[in-house]
Amino acid sequence: MASLFTRPRAAARRRTASPLLYLGYGMLAVLVLTAIIAPIFLDHAATTLTSTANSGPTHAHPMGTDSLGRDMLARVLVATRETMLAAVFSTAIAAVLGIGLGIAAWLAARRVREVILRLIEFWVSYPTLLVAIIVAAILGRGLAPAVFAIGLANAGGFARLTANLAAGISTREFVVTARLMGVPSGRIATRHIVPNMAEPQLILIAQAFAGALVELSGLSFIGLGAQSPSFDWGALLNEGASKIYTNPILIVGPSIALVFASLAALFVGDGLAAAANPRTNLRRARMLHHSGTELAPLTPDTLLSVDHLTVRHDDSGRELVSDVSLSIRRGEVLGIVGESGSGKSVTASVVSKLLAEGLTATAARAELSGADLLGRVSGRELARRVAMVYQDPGTALNPALTLGNQLSDVLSRALGSTRRAARQNLLERFRDVLLTDPEGRMRQYPHQLSGGMKQRAMIASAMSTRAELLVADEPTTALDVTVQREVLTLIKRMNATMGTSVLFISHDLGVVRALCDRVLVMRDGRIVEAIDDVAHMTPEGVVHPYTRQLLEATPIVTMPGRDIEGAAR
Amino acid sequence: MNTAMVEVNSLGVSFGSTRVLHDVSLRLEAGQTIGVVGESGSGKSTLAKVLVGIVAPDAGSVVVDAFDVRTLGHSQRAAFRYRRRVQMIPQDPFSSLSPRRTVGQTLAEALDPVWANVRRFEDRIAFWLERVGLPADAMNRYPHEFSGGQRQRVAIARSLILEPSVVIADEITSALDVSVQVQILEMIAEIKDELNVTMMFISHNLAVVQSVSDMVAVMYQGEIVEIGSVEQIYSDPQHWYTKRLLDADPGAPGFSLEWR
Repeated sequence: MASLFTRPRAAARRRTASPLLYLGYGMLAVLVLTAIIAPIFLDHAATTLTSTANSGPTHAHPMGTDSLGRDMLARVLVATRETMLAAVFSTAIAAVLGIGLGIAAWLAARRVREVILRLIEFWVSYPTLLVAIIVAAILGRGLAPAVFAIGLANAGGFARLTANLAAGISTREFVVTARLMGVPSGRIATRHIVPNMAEPQLILIAQAFAGALVELSGLSFIGLGAQSPSFDWGALLNEGASKIYTNPILIVGPSIALVFASLAALFVGDGLAAAANPRTNLRRARMLHHSGTELAPLTPDTLLSVDHLTVRHDDSGRELVSDVSLSIRRGEVLGIVGESGSGKSVTASVVSKLLAEGLTATAARAELSGADLLGRVSGRELARRVAMVYQDPGTALNPALTLGNQLSDVLSRALGSTRRAARQNLLERFRDVLLTDPEGRMRQYPHQLSGGMKQRAMIASAMSTRAELLVADEPTTALDVTVQREVLTLIKRMNATMGTSVLFISHDLGVVRALCDRVLVMRDGRIVEAIDDVAHMTPEGVVHPYTRQLLEATPIVTMPGRDIEGAAR
Repeated sequence: MNTAMVEVNSLGVSFGSTRVLHDVSLRLEAGQTIGVVGESGSGKSTLAKVLVGIVAPDAGSVVVDAFDVRTLGHSQRAAFRYRRRVQMIPQDPFSSLSPRRTVGQTLAEALDPVWANVRRFEDRIAFWLERVGLPADAMNRYPHEFSGGQRQRVAIARSLILEPSVVIADEITSALDVSVQVQILEMIAEIKDELNVTMMFISHNLAVVQSVSDMVAVMYQGEIVEIGSVEQIYSDPQHWYTKRLLDADPGAPGFSLEWR
């Protein structure tokens, strides 16, 4: 156990932050510094009455002075502290109240929970500012009531998010297990539920903070918030607005400050949200030629040839597939066997041109019956050549469409057959794969079929396009053993009667042995062994120690009495 | 005759109008391991849930470790004690460990659900981590730092650290690679012999069940269609469904992909 502490997900967890996030952090830092420093040095200038009242922009007062002769620039800078503190407090009130209520809803008995959830929905259905104005009007004027009012108004959003997240997390297995262990509900909430919702909550906090800044200023502007002699940006804006025709410079300072602060909070909020979504910064997959390798010309019966394929993860530079070459003859079944992380599925995704985002594939050659897979291949051409069967037939089918509609769609769109011909074709293929009541199945939705039925329908669809190559990526892993055998039989039959070549990806050597002509064993992105005589592979007969280890690890049933019977047959 | 550790008599469970389990009976003595095989929907997971006490039986009786599960609802204390005597190892090692708790915290929570103080149980946690083949300092790490097999070892340690009398393993190797599966199975076989724990091993893989069990119960549509010793079932299956299951295993002599 040399590599006991590999960090398989370390790369996935390292997230790339956007430049806007850093800009937001920078702007926020400026605000915090201003809030700390400005009142210390500028308090005098901001509050002392002078004789130069109602001044326009001058050298001494770049933002002018108010009706009592106080310097506007100093007032705006000093007001940063009060405004920011008020926004912080109201966001804190919103988060604590909302998260508390959301958790309480989850902890409560079923009836009470329903009532709380409806209440939360009612709460968030009104605009925040409207709720805040009503609450502030009830509580009276002043900054403290305004802070509380906005906190209360924003708490609904937190409560809804928390209740939704808690409902999802509480069905996860570690919560169920903890409950079975006898962990009290309150502890489950604090230990398992709340910590696992940290990321979305952080994002909401940043957004709520930006909202609170604007809303507080709004309340102060209409005279409900900060009362003289205390002042925040909204109050300054209010004073300035009354003199907008006589001394318009007065509203410039507070306006800039407000825009600056809300942009800072929004950049941080959006940046955090983007960073939390690992898909945002991914580039499209690229498939490139690399030259310099002498390639032997292809023999006429070669259907697929992939030479010196390497696939890299763009961000980490890690090689998922290293220098893999493979070829499939017409009518041949090639298996690729390997464990998770061996690169077998990535290799298959290159063949079907479904390489995942953020990956770059380079190869000396990747040709499928004359078409260059590294270049542009139209969807129609690809559909004629390759058909796919996936591991999970449940997610491969669109749940909103009937089988007949979605599967014949491929035929009419990609292959240009008429709708009627497409349906007729599909119906016959449904019969081929022994789906009972094929006409009825055409009208059914995916959820009405069992996993095995869906996989049969997928194979029927693959057969209907008469593709030259079937790429099957672990098509039986999610199925029961008896259904697995039926599906394998169908693939074998498709290969035998229609001459379809098959690229069969699996982790199960037993399955591969039964189905494939040749097998490649992959490990850590490399082919470690190619086995030509699959039917007779034994732990003693294989060359690479990993293949031997795999063979020995594959569990095989032993049936003492029946082995002899089998041998006699 | 020994008293049974698990005694299930004519157990029946229905969800609404759907009959999930029907007339299920089995008896396990202390230290025995029974493998339960069947396909999805055969009722094997429901049987496990009845034994753990999450699903209440509609008919019949279930007595585990001299405790009648029908009385579980009567007192919270009894239910708490029962659930510590009967442990389930969950199937998926990726969702069964909280990503924000260290391995030590997870194991401490099993020992003390209320306070979950790691330091108080440090020696015991270290002992059990080493027991399942992990270094003692794994207790300071988070689940994402481990592979699937290592996580499953942690999940196994979490169930065994309570030294339960019955352990139910529900498809615990189906999410793992074959080479890891072998290591886990070997470890389970070794530990259960040492602890003399009674075990129910649920799997759809006949070969896996064969390697760890003393007895096998084959389930089909909510009923046990065949039950007996491993030797008996695998060498001389009686029920047609058992035969069909055995023949469908890719390694079995009767396996073929011929079109019939």
